[in-house]
Amino acid sequence: MLTYATRRLILSIPTLLFISFVVFMLLQLAPGDPMAQVPLTVPAEVKQKMREALGLGQPPLVQYWKWLVQVFWIEPQVLFDHLFGTSFSEGKLRVISWQTRSPVMDIVVQRIPQTLWVVGVAYVVAILIALPIGIYSAYRQYSVFDQAGTFVTMIGFSIPPFFTGPLLIVIFSVQLGWFPSIYDTTHVVNDWASFKIQLQQMIMPVMVLALQITAQLSRYMRASMLDNLGQDYVRTARAKGLSEAVVVNIHVLRNSMIPVVTVIALGVPAIFGGAIITENVFKVNGIGQLLLTALFANDLPMVMTLTFIFAVLIVLFNLIADILYGVLDPRIRYD
Amino acid sequence: MTDSPQDDAIVAGTAGPAAIEALQDTEPSKPPRSRGRDVWDQFTKHKGAMFGLGFLAFITLAVLIGPYIWTVDPQKLDIRNKDMRPIYTALWDGDAKVSWAKPLGSDQLGRDNLAQMLAGGRASMAVGWAAMVLSLVIGTAIGVAAGYFKRLDGPLMRMTDLFLSLPILPLLLVAVTLFRQPLRANFGPEGGMFILIVTVIAITSWMPTARIVRGDVLAIKEREFVLAARSIGTQDGKIIRRHLLPNVLSPIMVSAALGLATAIITESALSFLGVGFPSDFPTWGKMLADAVQRMERFPERVMLPGIAISLTVLSVNYLGDGLRDALDPRIRGR
Repeated sequence: MLTYATRRLILSIPTLLFISFVVFMLLQLAPGDPMAQVPLTVPAEVKQKMREALGLGQPPLVQYWKWLVQVFWIEPQVLFDHLFGTSFSEGKLRVISWQTRSPVMDIVVQRIPQTLWVVGVAYVVAILIALPIGIYSAYRQYSVFDQAGTFVTMIGFSIPPFFTGPLLIVIFSVQLGWFPSIYDTTHVVNDWASFKIQLQQMIMPVMVLALQITAQLSRYMRASMLDNLGQDYVRTARAKGLSEAVVVNIHVLRNSMIPVVTVIALGVPAIFGGAIITENVFKVNGIGQLLLTALFANDLPMVMTLTFIFAVLIVLFNLIADILYGVLDPRIRYD
Repeated sequence: MTDSPQDDAIVAGTAGPAAIEALQDTEPSKPPRSRGRDVWDQFTKHKGAMFGLGFLAFITLAVLIGPYIWTVDPQKLDIRNKDMRPIYTALWDGDAKVSWAKPLGSDQLGRDNLAQMLAGGRASMAVGWAAMVLSLVIGTAIGVAAGYFKRLDGPLMRMTDLFLSLPILPLLLVAVTLFRQPLRANFGPEGGMFILIVTVIAITSWMPTARIVRGDVLAIKEREFVLAARSIGTQDGKIIRRHLLPNVLSPIMVSAALGLATAIITESALSFLGVGFPSDFPTWGKMLADAVQRMERFPERVMLPGIAISLTVLSVNYLGDGLRDALDPRIRGR
């Protein structure tokens, strides 16, 4: 298992390098110019100098190399300095956003808590709802509950978040006035009243996201439970007189969780990646919204770094899912 | 098994000629059923799938034929008749601004909502179908090549893994914002966008199909009938076309249904985020995005395209579900 994990980890380095190279070269084709916002009165040679100051004007391969150095060598130094108060990174050029002229990583670090808070809570809520639904609808297959559950998951599967979002806003913000339609990221929680407001503003985005995730997870859970309920060991467990609760909740559930846990692990990058559409609908100031504004503002270093972070997370959690599968299921051998 | 002749003979308890007669082979009373017939019978048992098929057929016909019956130009501005409510609003609100000339009302520029819905549906369905077909072609080609030719298996599957680890939606957004200008210049604003969106969706969604097809091809190519075909000197291309492709058709059809659903949602999401078709070209996603600002006063403008997208995707998903059940021989006949 350890050799397998190490091999996969080493193999993921060229994969990530390749992905970053492809995305970087793709972005080089972008038609935008970071100097487009600079007033026309600024002479052309000054603009050229400003471009060079941003690292433009060199061959793409050199730019790519510099970006690699900045991300893999200088940014870790900055993190190290921040943690231990040393000064390794002093005077070294970090990845600079063209929009704000401040380091990209600083902005990302500012935005991550909002995304983690909203999308992460949605993920946890979705898991807590999806697993019981999946278990019970598999146990009572073709019952009314199962039919209703399948219908609801089908709807959750089919209704896109850019429809459920506005729909919830119309119902709960406009008609009923229960929740605010916009997520206020500057809101500080320090007592019970402000906690209630935080809860109110989180409910709608969390529900929109949780509906989608629940739909997927409970389908997996149901299918996996159904696979296991028909197995011989279940009949054996019942034959030796175990109660239904023990059979279902211990014997079947533990075996059915194996594929579901890997599916849950595979979904984790999406938490960090942020739900671009949901964040956009509820104006949550998260990573997804950051990517969107960076794209529209032609902020290529920001787009590049964010896309690369997403790719790293996806590769990493694919690896974790595979290893988890091997750990949980002793029948799987990777050697 | 109570109505078979053997059982009758046993129940009657008669020995002699009757039993021997019962043991004789009789002609089958009806011709054997074809596989297609079996699949169709199983498919019709799935109520959701039948609803899906019906609704998909309805919406396809509506967007294909509708614009010839309701011949209003969806882009025509009629500023005097702007902000009309749908005709059914008159049922509970007598003062509402309604007219039979605009059955679903009009938007803030006076464009007819019904005509826009039909035109928008046309765009969404066209993008969905085209992207689905393209992604199936790519996925099937790569899957068959990887499964059939051992040399290609490693590189092609590594490439599939690579594509699977790309962040899809960010990349879609990047690609659309980057290549919008050149393609618009070459193929016109609408044609260029259509090509771009279809290609981008197809390129980012072929991987599941390729994996499923590869798995099936790996299993089927070891079977005896493929060996027999090869032993009489059949070329690789012919084996693939005559023996492998028909046998992997069912997983391909199921992933086609799922692919259509994802393609429609992705196109609408791109339009919603404002990177889709040009602003005067209606699609369901863009109608929804435009209506969000005025949704307190005109909720129907959000509801109509939203319900259209959701119902279409729901019916396609149910269709896929039913297809999967119908094409699975283990479930069929139960």
